[in-house]
Amino acid sequence: MVLDLKNICKIYGKECPCCLSSTGADENNSICSSCGSVVAVNNIDLYLKKGEVLGIVGESGSGKSTLLQLIYQDQKATSGVLHVENFINSLGGYKNVLKANANELGYLRDRLMSMIYQNPILGLNYQFSAGGNIAEKIIMSGEKKYEEIRGRALYFLEKTEIPTSRIDDYPDRFSGGQQQRIQISKALSSNPKILLLDEPTTGLDLSVQAKILDLIKVLQKEIGFSMVIVSHDLGVIKHLTDICIVMKNGEIVEYGLSDQILEDPQHTYTQLLVSSIL
Amino acid sequence: MCKIRVKNISKIFKVHSRGGLEIKGYEDVSFDLKSGEFLSLFGPSGMGKSSILKALYRTYTSTSGDIVFAKEDGSVVNIATCSESEMLELRRDEISYVSQFLQVLPRISAVDIVASSLIDRGESVKSSIEKSKDMLNYLSIKEELFDVSPLTFSGGEQQRVNIAKGIIAPKPVLLLDEPTASLDKINTKKVIEKLKEIKAQGVAMVGIFHDQDTMKEISDRIYMIEPSD
Repeated sequence: MVLDLKNICKIYGKECPCCLSSTGADENNSICSSCGSVVAVNNIDLYLKKGEVLGIVGESGSGKSTLLQLIYQDQKATSGVLHVENFINSLGGYKNVLKANANELGYLRDRLMSMIYQNPILGLNYQFSAGGNIAEKIIMSGEKKYEEIRGRALYFLEKTEIPTSRIDDYPDRFSGGQQQRIQISKALSSNPKILLLDEPTTGLDLSVQAKILDLIKVLQKEIGFSMVIVSHDLGVIKHLTDICIVMKNGEIVEYGLSDQILEDPQHTYTQLLVSSIL
Repeated sequence: MCKIRVKNISKIFKVHSRGGLEIKGYEDVSFDLKSGEFLSLFGPSGMGKSSILKALYRTYTSTSGDIVFAKEDGSVVNIATCSESEMLELRRDEISYVSQFLQVLPRISAVDIVASSLIDRGESVKSSIEKSKDMLNYLSIKEELFDVSPLTFSGGEQQRVNIAKGIIAPKPVLLLDEPTASLDKINTKKVIEKLKEIKAQGVAMVGIFHDQDTMKEISDRIYMIEPSD
């Protein structure tokens, strides 16, 4: 097991006992009818093994990005259990990430997981150079030796095809596609078990998009980390993911092998989605 | 040894955008498949032959029935109901599927596509490339095309690249959807020879052919799919 979610919920608002039952895909609604709270993520179960690549698709507002943020602890889930490989308590059992303190969450984000955001502004520190950004992540993961840090930063810049001579340039001196690749370098430099990606190539031109997706695929195969990727591009899902979930109104309406979801969709919404391919 | 036992599988496609219209895919299909055996599915177009192959690979779900698969380690899994993770393992280690049409990214060369099957199995890049070139050569792909994306090739050439990829690193079970449909006689013969070779190694195969002579040449058994009414 690498990632295990049980009954994860995220409710914005005061919450009442009807929140979960009055919202969801069947109700076609995310707003609680009695208290007006917004249920972004409604009782999600998810299980991921080592090396598996999971795709999350769904219409905007279905809760897919929120779910990713709940995993990475950018936001706190309202309730549920989240277990992550190597995140254990003093007795050696899995510790619920939702109950962890700030120190433990630091460990989780620095060593076990990395996130690649759609907008590199969220993932990079523009006060640091490209190399500094990567070094920051490596240092946080526990490495202290200068030579090792610089060596690893150069290694990942080379992997992501950023000219290593530009290691000391600041992120805003790079193009959008290059900034995205620096973000990938940074995310991978801590050698995470899980890589989370939120629309990593949306808004980039087609050739850059293909390069970045190919790069992610090669690195994933080579290093073998698990991956969760949110995308509304079914091409991305087809070529990058093994398993796919389809979300609607905060719920998972369909779960299956990615080729099965695309070729034999079961749920009304999935059929609509697949029939919308250009 | 029995590799796959298909028991009464049926498939109904439900089309929600047409008011829940139900379309029959295949109905009450049962057969066994042993190691080193070639079973052909035969019947008129539209009877669900390809759908059955897809069900064995779990690209299609079955509405009812079981597909019991005996793994190399002796354990069994039911492809109709197993978890996605179990199916991914089966696809990695035990079953390959050669689709009717080549589906690849347009920026990967023919030789790399074929070699990937060997590399995934853990062979070195150098020997994988060498073996792939030999295989493409055997299937009469011109050497000048090796480093070009096969999406620019003719239909028959694409199909041969697809077959090369599917059979170069044979897994215990191979599913073949019309592998010789757009090939000339000479290349069809070559493909059949290769299939016989891996059959002799113990690979179990399920195939679909439209050409009856080709089918009879390779098949041990033929499963007839006929209209039920």
